[in-house]
Amino acid sequence: MADVILEMKSITKEFPGVKALDNVNLRVETGEIHALIGENGAGKSTLMNVLSGTYPAGSYTGEIYYEGKLCQFKTQKDSEALGIVIIHQELALIPLLSIGENMFLGNEIKNSMGYIDWDRTYSESERHMRQVGLNESAQTLVKDIGTGKQQLVEIAKAFSKKVKLLILDEPTSSLNDEDAKMLLDLLMEFKKEGLTSIIITHKLNEIIYCADKATIIRDGSTIETLVKGVDEFSEDRIIKGMVGRSMEDRYPVREHNVQPEVNLEVKNWTVHHPLYPERVVDDNISFHIRKGEVVGFSGLQGAGRTELAMSIFGRSYGTGITGELYIGGQKVDLRSPQDAIRRGLAYVTEDRKTNGLILGESIRFNTTLARLDKVCRSGVIDADQEIGVAEQMTKDMGTKTPTIEQRVGNLSGGNQQKALLGKWMFTEPDILIMDEPTRGIDVGAKYEIYCLINQMVAQGKSVMMISSELPELLGMCDRIYVMNEGRLLAELDAKDATQEGIMGYIIRDTNKA
Amino acid sequence: MTESKNSFNLMKFLTRYAMVIALVVVFVLFAVLTDGKTVQPQNMSNLLLQQGYVLVLACGMLLCILTGGNIDLSVGSVICLVGGIAAVMVTNMHMPAIPVILLCLVIGLVVGVWQGYWIGYVRIPPFITTLGGMFIFRGLGRMVLDSKTVAIQDPTFLNIFTAYIKIPGLDDSKIKLSPIIVGAAVAIWVLLSTAKSRRDRAKKGYRQNSALADFTKSGIIAALILWYCWMLSQYRGISVMLVWVVAICLIYNFITAKTAFGRYFYAVGGNEKATKLSGINTDKIYFMAYANMGLLAGLCGLLVTARLGSVDGNAGTSYEMDAIGSCFIGGASAYGGSGTVGGVVIGALLLGVINMGMSIMGLPDAWKYVIKGGVLLIAVIFDVVTSRKSGSK
Repeated sequence: MADVILEMKSITKEFPGVKALDNVNLRVETGEIHALIGENGAGKSTLMNVLSGTYPAGSYTGEIYYEGKLCQFKTQKDSEALGIVIIHQELALIPLLSIGENMFLGNEIKNSMGYIDWDRTYSESERHMRQVGLNESAQTLVKDIGTGKQQLVEIAKAFSKKVKLLILDEPTSSLNDEDAKMLLDLLMEFKKEGLTSIIITHKLNEIIYCADKATIIRDGSTIETLVKGVDEFSEDRIIKGMVGRSMEDRYPVREHNVQPEVNLEVKNWTVHHPLYPERVVDDNISFHIRKGEVVGFSGLQGAGRTELAMSIFGRSYGTGITGELYIGGQKVDLRSPQDAIRRGLAYVTEDRKTNGLILGESIRFNTTLARLDKVCRSGVIDADQEIGVAEQMTKDMGTKTPTIEQRVGNLSGGNQQKALLGKWMFTEPDILIMDEPTRGIDVGAKYEIYCLINQMVAQGKSVMMISSELPELLGMCDRIYVMNEGRLLAELDAKDATQEGIMGYIIRDTNKA
Repeated sequence: MTESKNSFNLMKFLTRYAMVIALVVVFVLFAVLTDGKTVQPQNMSNLLLQQGYVLVLACGMLLCILTGGNIDLSVGSVICLVGGIAAVMVTNMHMPAIPVILLCLVIGLVVGVWQGYWIGYVRIPPFITTLGGMFIFRGLGRMVLDSKTVAIQDPTFLNIFTAYIKIPGLDDSKIKLSPIIVGAAVAIWVLLSTAKSRRDRAKKGYRQNSALADFTKSGIIAALILWYCWMLSQYRGISVMLVWVVAICLIYNFITAKTAFGRYFYAVGGNEKATKLSGINTDKIYFMAYANMGLLAGLCGLLVTARLGSVDGNAGTSYEMDAIGSCFIGGASAYGGSGTVGGVVIGALLLGVINMGMSIMGLPDAWKYVIKGGVLLIAVIFDVVTSRKSGSK
């Protein structure tokens, strides 16, 4: 059985009060791409942290066999020494250091005097960078390259550590479809050379595309391992394993009842980059959203959608903003988020941890933050009223939490998203801008978010939905605008639109440039 | 099962009230080491008056620290400047006390507005801005004083800040009655308000702690207040300065715990970007933190001047460090976003008890620095380690 590179047997890991992993088994063969799937909080990351030695031997029970030998890693260094490298979801690169410095950070190449040998550092770095198809100078600062390339730097860094088993935690969550596909193709390329990969992802289409096997974890236990070519290997089949039930319809049905009144209208909106004012981020964009309508914005990363949304939301982004904004037919000038909130706008950010929630504070604190005045009498907070509304919002959103005093940082991704939604619903908006509303949350929670969106539009609210997941846009929207490189390319009726059609617009436009 | 639950609760209790327990332990330790001298009425009365300036400054410093671990280094120098102006105007220029006091408070506020403007609206790092202020205001203070020591003996000025309250008929005998009356009233109020809040919560059906826990806590607080007032009544009664200090602490406790304005400081320190996108003017919050700190530093300058009776060019030196130390010992996060006035008061008292105990024991000054620094470090290490443990859950 020399073929098996890794075998984890009956791994059990407990945290105070929680059994994060319960008797988990994982078997990975040399040279395969093995996907690890499960809802948020199922225990995937915990399992990988056990493997890498982040949780040292002794803090869990069970056995790990790597290349046939029983291993007891005390630190991540121990596992890296044997060629197990983990690339975390949040990239661990230092923006102000060069690619080369980052690659050998903590692992510096020294000459006989004990100084860093910069010539060798950079030439070694570039050698590994070529391996992953990254044509940059190793002296380029990490902050000057895009997220896609940064991901490649992480992989090149893994190669510099003589990786045999590469673990990628949500490698494509911050990449656009094109970059993501490139990354997956690269992994398949390496597979031919004998590299084994474990990939943790929520994107099922990626698993279908590149993985040989998929192990499904649910509530801290392994449910099953599906093998491509042997078992049924489809999205529906995997979802069934993840949620324990078949999800025939991933998008809740909704009555399309768009009203004739236009709620939000944007005319000739142009936004410039805040640091490089000569760069146009959004170029002369005009669009409108009616009451009771969900309007999607499709495009690649960097198409200017988030920037468009934030610049509308009280000029939270950009400089040199020109254009006209109408809310309910009335021309408005929103100079700050305060103005925007007062006018009934809400911006549910794509980045709930950085821009949305205060992770160290409670659900109650976060829920009322944007409209504290609603629970205040002459500046003094009415504690009872605040508790009341926070509890109501938590119930309305279906946030799963023991109490409203729970720190939002301790909630799972899906529940954080619901808490964030609750915060903005508390501001009683007429127009919701939802930026990647289901990013990084599991299938079950996604469905619940979709239901909430449907409820909102049923009440006559308008939703501007920015999403990089085309099926989501097609499943949820009434109309879809397609954007690329700061320009509005097309306006489509969601009924007639297809994934291929939308991508076609974008690719033809990118090729033109 | 029940046993493990109990031991878990005990741990939680110990970490939550660690600083209170430390204060009690240190207090008892010094009481024993000094044969009870620290608990004599005179020393007990002086404890709060000596730490008064720290408490006032720490209330302002807490707001700065809440915004993200930012500190104000200039407060010691502002004390020198404001105290100097007050002394020169009242003593050398024979101006009436009350307008001078008002003017001095305005000067403190102007200093705060100056620094708050750069920090909040131009985004100059607070450390740099206030380091600059530390030099500038120290220098201006010495200019005003002309590098001399100026005494202040104006009775109105001293009465407003340091005199002991004397109500004829109550405070004429050896045992002053007014502290006892005040103490009893406050103690009864504490107990009644606990009962009232329990009744309100019960009526609305909110979850609440056991009656035993609530009443034990407020009973201890009431007893402490009574005991302290008893101490005051055996010495010289209630000092006006004590009233100032207690009022400031209560006001800032109210602001931070109960008002929307106070909550924004926690929000900014917790996550500034998210706060800004929630429609809160974060620039203004920074501005207000430092403007307010200037005002309190001005008030503190007056209090210190009145208590010491004179000002020189070194007045207020390193007071900022005592205030910052109190905040961190009292559990304010060095990254911002958490900390309470109650904690800060405990921190300041802990430093005060150590100071006083060591003075009475006659230990050299050098030791005070070592112990103060050690306490600060241990308190923060304890805080970081325990919060890491609970955080990793």
